[in-house]
Amino acid sequence: MSLLDYFKTSKTSSASLAKERLQILVAHERTSKNQPSYLPELQDELLNVVRKYANVTQDAIFINFEQDEHQETLELNIILPDNNGKNKS
Amino acid sequence: MARIIVVTSGKGGVGKTTTSAAIAMGLAKKGHKTAVIDFDVGLRNLDLIMGCERRVVYDFINVVNGEATLHQALIKDKNCSQLYILPASQTRDKDALSKEGVEKVLDELSKTFKYIVCDSPAGIEKGAHLAMYFADDAFVVTNPEVSSVRDSDRMLGLMSSKSRRAEQNLEPIKEYLLLSRYSPERVKLGEMLSVEDVQEILSLHLLGVIPESKSVLNASNAGIPIILDEKSDAGQAYADIVARYLGEEKPHRFIEDKKGFFGKLFGGK
Ligand SMILES: Nc1ncnc2c1ncn2[C@@H]1O[C@H](COP(=O)(O)OP(=O)(O)O)[C@@H](O)[C@H]1O
Ligand SMILES: [Mg+2]
Repeated sequence: MSLLDYFKTSKTSSASLAKERLQILVAHERTSKNQPSYLPELQDELLNVVRKYANVTQDAIFINFEQDEHQETLELNIILPDNNGKNKS
Repeated sequence: MARIIVVTSGKGGVGKTTTSAAIAMGLAKKGHKTAVIDFDVGLRNLDLIMGCERRVVYDFINVVNGEATLHQALIKDKNCSQLYILPASQTRDKDALSKEGVEKVLDELSKTFKYIVCDSPAGIEKGAHLAMYFADDAFVVTNPEVSSVRDSDRMLGLMSSKSRRAEQNLEPIKEYLLLSRYSPERVKLGEMLSVEDVQEILSLHLLGVIPESKSVLNASNAGIPIILDEKSDAGQAYADIVARYLGEEKPHRFIEDKKGFFGKLFGGK
């Protein structure tokens, strides 16, 4: 191993990239594991309702299902466009 | 009552069968009557790794179907009188196994054996599910590589929700991490996830690290479980793992890169 290699490996090694990707993925998969199967459909229908009133895109709606020992919660976040109100289609 | 150990991983080719053969032999050599079952119905590999392939007459499915007794199907190991192998069927598919059938065989084995080691097939479907369903302990074999870690995490999720212990609200399966095919040199170079990385992601108790080792292929070529190669690093790693599982204190080995700068320079071992 050359001295140059030695310094090169210190910060952004491929292993640390792997670790970072895994941490994000595993956290996501753990929370989505128990979520009800109707969630994507619900998200789609909600989006359609909202669209009657505001011009939002698919990415503007964010649905999050959480579960603890006592309750299950559904968190819904919709980012409304600047000029709220109905847009002409 | 026997203790049922499942050797599982989700991902294929990570070392489940190698591990099953090694730890079953290790437990038996410590004097515990042990049975090792090949759950990989349709493929059958364990008999080859254990070196008893030519003595297979009846298999797991024959016993489940009542076509043979357990006594007829169990193969006594040639190296250790405390060890018995129950081979998988090559001709049937996974659907030949049922929860009831597996339970019946495990119950009967539990009467006379101390440990029952279940070598799980890859995947998270029926075969893998049945292998872990009745387990008391799980040896999660993981390679320091992204897809293997992810699959292990999924398997852990299944064991905590879809096992007998989970369904009956019993004490959960005891889960242990066996990190296999580890290369301390590559970890040092930042090319491979470290033990700490994998432990941090999976939050599992580390039972041991098995180094990447040429001796594993030699052992499988000969049909001798690697743990019997007491000179090999991988064999020693498995011996440590069995000892730790049985409650002995053993410092972890094979984690550090022993070949330091000077070692490398002089080609030392
Ligand atoms: N520690 C190790 N070092 C080197 N090769 C290994 C090691 N463990 C397993 N292998 C090899 O990896 C391959 C897959 O192992 P196997 O035990 O059959 O995995 P699985 O049962 O999970 O599919 C085999 O060729 C085996 O020899
Ligand atoms: Mg296998």
